Amino acid sequence: MAVADKVPVKRYLRVAKLPHIWCPGCGHGIALQALIRAIHSTGLSQDNTVIVSGIGCSSRATGYLDFDTLHTTHGRALAFATGIKIANPDLNVIVITGDGDAAAIGGNHLIHAARRNIGITCVCFNNTIYGMTSGQYSPLTPTDAYATTAPYGNIDSPFDLCELTKAAGASYVARATTYHARQLEKLIAKGIQNDGFSFIEAVVQCPTYFGRKNKLGDAFRMMKLMQERSVPVSKAATMSAEELAGKIVIGELWNRPRTEYTKAYDAVIAKAGGQR
Amino acid sequence: MSSPAAPARKKVLMQGNEAIVEGAIAAGMRFYAGYPITPSTEIAELSSEKLPRVGGRFVQMEDEIASMAAVVGASLAGRKAMTATSGPGFSLKQENLGYAIEAEVPCVVVNVQRQGPSTGLPTSPAQGDVMQARYGSHGDYAAIVLCPGSVGEAYRLAVRAFNLAERFRMPVILLTDEIVGHLRESVELPDPSELTVVDRAKPSLPPGEHKAYRPGSDGVPVVPDFGTGYRFHVTGLIHGEDGFPISNPKVVEQAVRRLTTKVTDHIDEIYEAEEQGVEDADVVVFAYGGTARAARRAVREARAKGLKVGLYRPITLWPFHDERARAALMGRRAVIVPELNLGQMAREVERVVRGTTRVIPVNKVAGEALTPGEILAAIEEVF
Repeated sequence: MAVADKVPVKRYLRVAKLPHIWCPGCGHGIALQALIRAIHSTGLSQDNTVIVSGIGCSSRATGYLDFDTLHTTHGRALAFATGIKIANPDLNVIVITGDGDAAAIGGNHLIHAARRNIGITCVCFNNTIYGMTSGQYSPLTPTDAYATTAPYGNIDSPFDLCELTKAAGASYVARATTYHARQLEKLIAKGIQNDGFSFIEAVVQCPTYFGRKNKLGDAFRMMKLMQERSVPVSKAATMSAEELAGKIVIGELWNRPRTEYTKAYDAVIAKAGGQR
Repeated sequence: MSSPAAPARKKVLMQGNEAIVEGAIAAGMRFYAGYPITPSTEIAELSSEKLPRVGGRFVQMEDEIASMAAVVGASLAGRKAMTATSGPGFSLKQENLGYAIEAEVPCVVVNVQRQGPSTGLPTSPAQGDVMQARYGSHGDYAAIVLCPGSVGEAYRLAVRAFNLAERFRMPVILLTDEIVGHLRESVELPDPSELTVVDRAKPSLPPGEHKAYRPGSDGVPVVPDFGTGYRFHVTGLIHGEDGFPISNPKVVEQAVRRLTTKVTDHIDEIYEAEEQGVEDADVVVFAYGGTARAARRAVREARAKGLKVGLYRPITLWPFHDERARAALMGRRAVIVPELNLGQMAREVERVVRGTTRVIPVNKVAGEALTPGEILAAIEEVF
């Protein structure tokens, strides 16, 4: 792991705030490391980057990151981040959110941030469950899975957040799992480099609340399962809908640059005769 | 930029909502996030037109909740930020308004009140949000709520709302109503050079030494702006001086109490009320906002009839100044409290006079203003 060791991960962490609150085997640490390595590889300045989160397990990540960090209200991270980015477009703005935070209570903010194509990189740690409140079903919990509020099995259909954000207007959309940590890092890095709204879904294991309830085994077993279920986007293009059922399509799903929102507003300021 | 030859004051015909935008921009507002709602919409429309001219930025968000969130984010990024709404939207804003209280983020929230509850009467005046402005978000905190009674005052209080927000690092609510919001009257706007504009304090210590949430001797912390190298944490969780969550009951108690005491300890700096003919009055009319306009006329007419009647008009609704109110109201034959709700302020008045003085509420929730005649009738009934 000589190459991996070259990334000074600790430089980006508030080491004094560790250990973190996440359960043993939780995938959030892997996703967080992928994000840190992406920040490092893209050369973002710690003094000029704001990381925003909502409420939930994943959203606790901001407390451990040595940047300007904003831990907001449930589901609203993207709305706060939108205010930050518009107020000071020179800041790099990254949002860390979870599946409940982004897809349920924050669903409206997610589609509108994508629609505006505002320069924010949104990384969704999708563990398919409300972990912080100990295991209720989320909008990304698979149908028939068990949760503390789905004791007879979940009857809801899960969202595909990548399809949703793509349809809503995001200019960059990607997905990987914690098994594909290096790929996840590269996809996040590309999202950061995209001048517009980037959405990256990081599929993570929650052995404590999702795995145990659904008898999926420990973290290792859950990650193996994610590997088996994953299909690269190039291969997925050749598969039928039936063949893709239950699969996790990974890779760069969408990359279609278009005018970034705050740049469009710069033109408004110019039209109105103001100075940026 | 005003030319040197420009007159110090210009007289213009202006709407209350327009005056708020002019005042806000003069106070340094450079960010507005909002969502359309009657009768506040002119504030968003005019902000969208005027802000880019001064290099400011406007965004129409997807909902009221997002607007409040964006305002908090923009303020943390260093811009003076405002949003405006009315009752239904004000209810939705309470979540992130509470966040701004806890995270101590300066911002201004305008509520142009309309008749409720719920969707109510969208274009009709009311004063039903007096208590929501004070207690609307969950948990304990003190609110600063300013209430203009004229278009000129709407301008002045918009400036003052920003100044108090920056000074005390908290949301300040400009609680107006449909009467003042949609009123057009002639106002003399001060030259921007005459205005006192307050900007938030900046850290004097370098990053690493400065604690973002350590309160100063006035109980107010000096929170840096994002992007200035301090790399600090902001959260709605109860936090200590370094901004990180705490659970030690003693420290939590102090942290929560400070959100109230930083306001109540400076009440004389915050509080404003107008008193007119109160000294010798047998009866005092306690009125605010649009209703105070009718009350002023009623008091004048009562005086013309030889009745000793005065007007007490709180301009700062919250914090409520118990001592000032007691001094002006206690020992009178009666205090008449006209308001477009079912007695929200009358109850506060009753609380401070503690049974020593008769309190007569005059209430209307019909979606129309109280008339001078209705208030005068209540005055004459006492004599």
